[in-house]
Amino acid sequence: MGYVIQGETGDWELVIGLEVHAQVTSKSKLFSGAATSFGAEPNTEVSLVDAAMPGMLPVINAFCVEQAIRTGLGLKAKINKTSVFARKNYFYADLPQGYQISQYDQPIVGEGTIILDMKDGSTRTIGIERLHLEQDAGKSLHDQHPSKSFIDLNRAGTALMEIVSKPDIRSPEEAAAYVTKLRTILRYLGTCDGNMAEGSMRCDVNVSVRKAGEPYRTRAEIKNVNSIRFMFQAIEYEARRQIDIYEEGGEVVQETRLFDANKGETRSMRSKENAHDYRYFPDPDLLPLVLSDEEIAAVQNSLPELPDEKKERFMRDYQLSSYDAGVLVADQESAHFFETVAKGRDPKLAANWVMGDFFGALNRLGKEISNTPVTAANLGALIDLISDNTLSGRLAKEVFELMVETGKAPDAIVEERGLRQVTDTGAIEKSIAEVLAANPDKVAEYRSGKDKLFGFFVGQVMKATAGKANPALVNEILKKQLG
Amino acid sequence: MSLDKNTVKKLANLARLDLPDDELDHLAGELSNIMTFVEQLGQVNTDGVAPMTSVAHMNLPRRADEVTDGGYPERVLANAPEAMDGFYLVPKVVE
Amino acid sequence: MSELTNLTIAEARAKLAKGEISAVELTEAHILAMEAARDLNAFVTETPEIAMERASEADVALKKGEAGILAGIPLGIKDLFCTEGVRTTASSKILCNFIPPYESTVSSNLKKAGAVMLGKTSLDEFAMGSSNMTSAFGPVISPWKRKSNSNVQLVPGGSSGGSASAVSARIAMGATGTDTGGSIRQPASFCGIVGLKPTYGRCSRWGVVAFASSLDQAGPMTRSVKDAALMLQAMAGHDPKDSTSANVPLPDFAAAMTGDIRGLKVGIPREYRPDGLSPEIQKLWDDGIEMLKAAGAAPVEISLPHTKYALATYYIVAPAECSSNLARYDGVRYGMRVEGKTLDELYAKTRAEGFGREVRRRILIGTYVLSAGYYDAYYTKAQKVRALIAEDFRKAYETVDVILTPTCPSAAFGLGETDDDPVTMWLNDVFTVPASLAGLPGISLPTGLSSEGLPLGLQLLGRPFDEETVLRVAGVLESAADFKATPTGVEI
Repeated sequence: MGYVIQGETGDWELVIGLEVHAQVTSKSKLFSGAATSFGAEPNTEVSLVDAAMPGMLPVINAFCVEQAIRTGLGLKAKINKTSVFARKNYFYADLPQGYQISQYDQPIVGEGTIILDMKDGSTRTIGIERLHLEQDAGKSLHDQHPSKSFIDLNRAGTALMEIVSKPDIRSPEEAAAYVTKLRTILRYLGTCDGNMAEGSMRCDVNVSVRKAGEPYRTRAEIKNVNSIRFMFQAIEYEARRQIDIYEEGGEVVQETRLFDANKGETRSMRSKENAHDYRYFPDPDLLPLVLSDEEIAAVQNSLPELPDEKKERFMRDYQLSSYDAGVLVADQESAHFFETVAKGRDPKLAANWVMGDFFGALNRLGKEISNTPVTAANLGALIDLISDNTLSGRLAKEVFELMVETGKAPDAIVEERGLRQVTDTGAIEKSIAEVLAANPDKVAEYRSGKDKLFGFFVGQVMKATAGKANPALVNEILKKQLG
Repeated sequence: MSLDKNTVKKLANLARLDLPDDELDHLAGELSNIMTFVEQLGQVNTDGVAPMTSVAHMNLPRRADEVTDGGYPERVLANAPEAMDGFYLVPKVVE
Repeated sequence: MSELTNLTIAEARAKLAKGEISAVELTEAHILAMEAARDLNAFVTETPEIAMERASEADVALKKGEAGILAGIPLGIKDLFCTEGVRTTASSKILCNFIPPYESTVSSNLKKAGAVMLGKTSLDEFAMGSSNMTSAFGPVISPWKRKSNSNVQLVPGGSSGGSASAVSARIAMGATGTDTGGSIRQPASFCGIVGLKPTYGRCSRWGVVAFASSLDQAGPMTRSVKDAALMLQAMAGHDPKDSTSANVPLPDFAAAMTGDIRGLKVGIPREYRPDGLSPEIQKLWDDGIEMLKAAGAAPVEISLPHTKYALATYYIVAPAECSSNLARYDGVRYGMRVEGKTLDELYAKTRAEGFGREVRRRILIGTYVLSAGYYDAYYTKAQKVRALIAEDFRKAYETVDVILTPTCPSAAFGLGETDDDPVTMWLNDVFTVPASLAGLPGISLPTGLSSEGLPLGLQLLGRPFDEETVLRVAGVLESAADFKATPTGVEI
């Protein structure tokens, strides 16, 4: 049974569609040659075209077109060989032209799909409606001055890909999984860095509710939800709000709402005319965009292995579980790191070390694979030391911590600290004999039935050998000697 | 097609033109005449005709992804009626 | 003074090249003429210092033998072309204080060719009009006068009325215009000069204040066809900054004027001869046909069946595009600002006060025809009819090489003689609009006078990118017509 919300009049289903605006990774803007970098001084990355000076004209960036094709292919979507740019006309301070160049009824990319990896290991397929290219707006700062808003057009004209899902999403978890997966795909493709905090990926959430079996009811759009956590909250709040309205006999109004993160509520946007008439028409400054089969094929051939394919390969070639494979491929660099470690080694061991100790250390230190203290080669070498019995599991963990601290290779650390595990039977026998000789009363107690004392002896032997005795051998020989 | 004053008012709002009331009346008449004139296009049989949006018979030319522009805030702000600290200023917008 | 200002560009070039005159004297003479003819109100901004500077530079270049093709030639630049550091207003209040930090490609090309800028010529506000009466800086007056009453001020036509008046009055040797529905050809006809609208895409639109993007085209306005060819040579060319700029080679336009049109077929469209066409215009046209016949061309009757729908098509498409193109004039980043308590109030007050009546009217029409529920009935429909109009021409050019029509249904009218009905004013463009919709090259040249002694023009239309044939036929027609009349409203 799917996700439902229980209301007074019965169970309600959630219908969610997501519109994601992803800033295209490119050096310059979609229709102007100004730079796209983040955080520059105001209005320094603004060309005359971006400032909408009289007589200025748009010229499209070839690479942005390529990035859109690449993303479309990554979403297994139909690439439309002819697409048209249209003007979306409205007035706002951050929209210097008084219109946004976007695409309306002939977008560059058509229908596609995304496969969601749910936490319980299952998958769900969500439809993509379309992807189109459009200009980003500038930024308004409303809190710098008591009576004025400040306008910075640095961002105006940056290329955005608007990716619209079909309304196939049925729960907040699915919405979160969708955004996560989409972000992963975009990062794999290198077409968007997916940084929600910086605003390079923004989500608008369309929410409606219905009773099972009903057609779709009116939806509300919640704008600019800038984290997955907030999206969760916003969806839950909005669904509840709509259910309450219906159950009280009212009607939900089609409108745009803002999520208030402080209050955890959505509220209606007062200033925007909710009934917009954008008067879309094909931009007469731009001709239709025509793509060749060759260029689409070239992009297709340049695609990296995508998360779904990589996951399947990991499951197949490394015998990993769906969950483990899913975790490893969520990030391209993690996947690559893992494969380097796993090459020629026991993949299960590699997976455990990467997903456990390694990710744990990165999290703890707030580091990423790009600035990891432990290289894949070194982690692999550590695993080799376990496999050839130089280190016990326990010792390996010690060595690993030292690797994290010092960035050194495991062999070097083992040598420096003398951490090689003791597997010399003779030496262990000698240690054990010494321990038993030093604790005759305990030996007697054990032999008379106090089994629990076994652990005491193991502990003493480990202490005496500074933890280096091979635990399996200690157990074996101790059993023999204790009788 | 006759346009009434209300419609003209809505259009003026969409186009951000603050027109006085008496002008709206006058415009309603003028615009109605104009629309009547252009409506003769209804007589033309356009079945199967694709709308022409450009007389230029070429594909959309594309440019390379290089930073070739921007970086001149003084020029961009030179004509601003109101600017401060490198920003354009407008009356405060409340969302 | 009048000796120098009466020269054509071609004549002046020859004299400059031989050293018979200097660029500085030539410019000085025109600056004086500009000052003397201020009553015509042809200029929004005079730039005598810049003119003298460029004239001096031209003299240096001429001496070195490095002169561009228009070195030292004093021109008027329509105030729709953004000129760096020089106020550019589009004849509108909303841009009354705008100083562009950039130069339009076309005016930059002219600068590179060595041309001298006398000043920015007036126009109908935002290029919307056929009389130059809607300029925020006051109407432009034609230098022509009626025989019967020289007290009546006549319009020069529009929107490039300032350019037409200046060239006709011998203030400038040539001037740039822009043509969207006839704004070069119609004022050229009213003022007895040559006006050429090139094929759409021949000249760059970068830096030209946009009115209707799919129609706007820059072109030369001169006193001879040869001059128009020379000016076009300097103005035209592919511009990668304009996505609608045609990437086609630039032929030698002047060289195309061989004088030989034997065997060419000249189309005479029957739809341009509606009932009610004035007998004067009828005769002008017939005379023109005879002249071309005498030169060895063959007139061929053709049909352009959708002609009568061209005006309605134009007055849906152009306002639609302009309503969007003019949205950027909002008082935020440049131009006039009227304060408001809120952002929307600032927009609405600024634009209501900054734009004149004709502009406001067209913005409203444009907003209407694009709005939800009406888009298909009007805009889409108009673009389909436009396709049919273009197809009419394409079919015609299967049997003819050029098309000959009158440019205007009448001679220039008086300043106070129009009623307030916009549609009546629009009828001035009935012969020029179809070629604009189809993006075809067209030229107007004076070939006769009305009974009141006012110039009347004939129009030649060509195939796309075939300005060469248009110029060649125009050159022959010009010789045959031998139009020598000069305006009586100024001292020439």
